[in-house]
Amino acid sequence: MTMANPYLPLSARVLERIQESPTLFTLRLELTDPKAQAAYAFAPGQFNMLYLHGVGEVAISIVSDPTEGQVIDHTIRAVGRVTHGLAKLRAGDHLGLRGPFGRGWPMGQAQGRDLVIVTGGLGCAPVVSAIEYVLRRRDDHGRVNIVQGVKHADDFIWRDRYDRWAAHPRTKVLIAADVGTPLWPWHVGLVTELFDQLAFDPKHATIMMCGPEGMMRAVARDMLAMDVPDRDIWLSMERNMHCATGHCGHCQLGPRFVCKDGPVFSYDEIAELLQVKGL
Amino acid sequence: MDEPNQFLPRAGLQTLIDRLNHAFDRCLGPVVLDGIVQMRPLSRVEQLPAGHHDHQAPGSYRMTRDDGTRQFDWANGPQALKPLLFTPEEPLWRVDRDDTGRLAFTPHNPMRQRTAVIGARACDLAALRLQDQHFLHGEHPDPYYGARRDGLFLVAVDCSHPTDTCFCASSGDGPGCGDGADIVLTELDDGFLLRGTSDPGRAMAASLGLAAATTAQRQAGRERIVAAAAQQRALPDADLSAVLFARQDHPQWARIADRCLACGNCTAVCPTCFCHRSQEDPVLGGSHSEHLRLWDSCFSPGHAYLHGAHLRESIRDRYRQWLTHKFGGWVTQYGRSGCTGCGRCISWCPVGIDVTAELAALTEATK
Ligand code: SF4
Ligand code: SF4
Ligand code: FES
Repeated sequence: MTMANPYLPLSARVLERIQESPTLFTLRLELTDPKAQAAYAFAPGQFNMLYLHGVGEVAISIVSDPTEGQVIDHTIRAVGRVTHGLAKLRAGDHLGLRGPFGRGWPMGQAQGRDLVIVTGGLGCAPVVSAIEYVLRRRDDHGRVNIVQGVKHADDFIWRDRYDRWAAHPRTKVLIAADVGTPLWPWHVGLVTELFDQLAFDPKHATIMMCGPEGMMRAVARDMLAMDVPDRDIWLSMERNMHCATGHCGHCQLGPRFVCKDGPVFSYDEIAELLQVKGL
Repeated sequence: MDEPNQFLPRAGLQTLIDRLNHAFDRCLGPVVLDGIVQMRPLSRVEQLPAGHHDHQAPGSYRMTRDDGTRQFDWANGPQALKPLLFTPEEPLWRVDRDDTGRLAFTPHNPMRQRTAVIGARACDLAALRLQDQHFLHGEHPDPYYGARRDGLFLVAVDCSHPTDTCFCASSGDGPGCGDGADIVLTELDDGFLLRGTSDPGRAMAASLGLAAATTAQRQAGRERIVAAAAQQRALPDADLSAVLFARQDHPQWARIADRCLACGNCTAVCPTCFCHRSQEDPVLGGSHSEHLRLWDSCFSPGHAYLHGAHLRESIRDRYRQWLTHKFGGWVTQYGRSGCTGCGRCISWCPVGIDVTAELAALTEATK
């Protein structure tokens, strides 16, 4: 039996490194083998395993657009051993990449509908990929609502990016900080407190979110209360990932493997699991 | 199961062992070493544990010996087939870095030894079928497991001596062998019923030139299996998956956690547990690095690590993960429970936690 080896990374090179905030950075990568590069295809919401030489692998969501598969962007927060090491890479440095893995956003279902895209915390890569994807295909969708929550007003970055998003037709950007500052122009409080400003038809909308699980529970609860069907609410989940192939068992959330059944789930698939602490 | 039975006289077993050693790179079989049954290279019939019996109980495994001649009058040892296919530690690939920093990834060839095993049990076959599903039948088949699985030939032996910790009859996996073997033996006093259960198995059986078993011999074999199905332990009669997922807040979890040491013995001996982690072994100087995988356990603190925190911090959460996955999650993932009733996790638990008892406590109507 000869089988493809799903564990073997491809060699990749850093084209550019962008510092987004003190802990957040974007690596723009290309595969070094032109054939592999030409064959590489992904969907928004999928992720790659990035390998740092001598240190190990980490699962990172892809933020670039699928039509520009030659340049693969990853926005990464330096929180662990591998990501701190990745933060030190510079243009021209090499690393390993395997992927793409997992089930991404329901872009098919989302066509022609109103969208509500919610994120808590910063630089939530899966949601950034969804927003960029949708706004590049603005005519394919109804009204677009982008709701961003941050803990502290000082954490807010990418102001120009939100301005650029808000400049699209029929696109609303709503921003909230748990803790404001004197000059903070937006809402102080929870993202869910902004929901009365949303422009969408709950019966004909797709909700997409990522962020802390507590926030996602609250958003789902309020969306259900507004009569959004649970199957139209989508969450991008995070768990420990070692293999990304459904074998190592680390990413399990109840009976679900986040790496292959997700990372994007519809709310009806995981609603009960989200209520249990310590899964 | 309705394959025609032949009769292999006890004296003929050596011929089978010789044939297997000849046809395969190695033949493994049960040998008593350090007081436990272990799968080891087998070339002489005298190595088999004739007259040895295991006595297993919660937290204990003991072997005794008498002058009996039967070679399979024991239930199992701590490991059967899992480590042969899903190895405890395995290098997957190496990466070399040249002076310009470029990386070259090279896969390691899985050890392709073609292996014959004598003495697999019904619970081991059931576990093998589950591990096959997990490692081979998904979207990304595992080439390392697959290479070894390809070269595996199994002579399974129906169980005639279940021990106190066994409950394969209630899990539905034994004591008679289900699918997955190449040859199945039923041990009688003076020899074995033998049947080929795959094409290579039937070819091997035919090459032995055996006589058909008599009606009396077949009857004796059936009686042994029926007798072996009378077991002390059983799973509660309930939809365990539904019960466990509905009772994640049951107080019993905390009571188990008071005893559980989170040592991971249960997951190491369980023939279906598949969890593993990756590890990097860089050489000094950084020119190359080995990428390994090692068995892991949902009891290890790093199993549910995420962004600097542990999602299952308490032993309660980890035990709940183990039991809920084994008897609940598997049903969604692979269509059946992940437990084949082998009883290993009961015997090898240092504090004697008994999954059947804990499941009974969790299933009881009143909390
Ligand atoms: S859970 Fe225990 S009894 Fe069941 S297969 Fe695993 S080790 Fe054997
Ligand atoms: S999660 Fe636990 S019970 Fe499930 S396979 Fe992994 S180690 Fe075994
Ligand atoms: S990351 Fe290994 S099973 Fe999902």
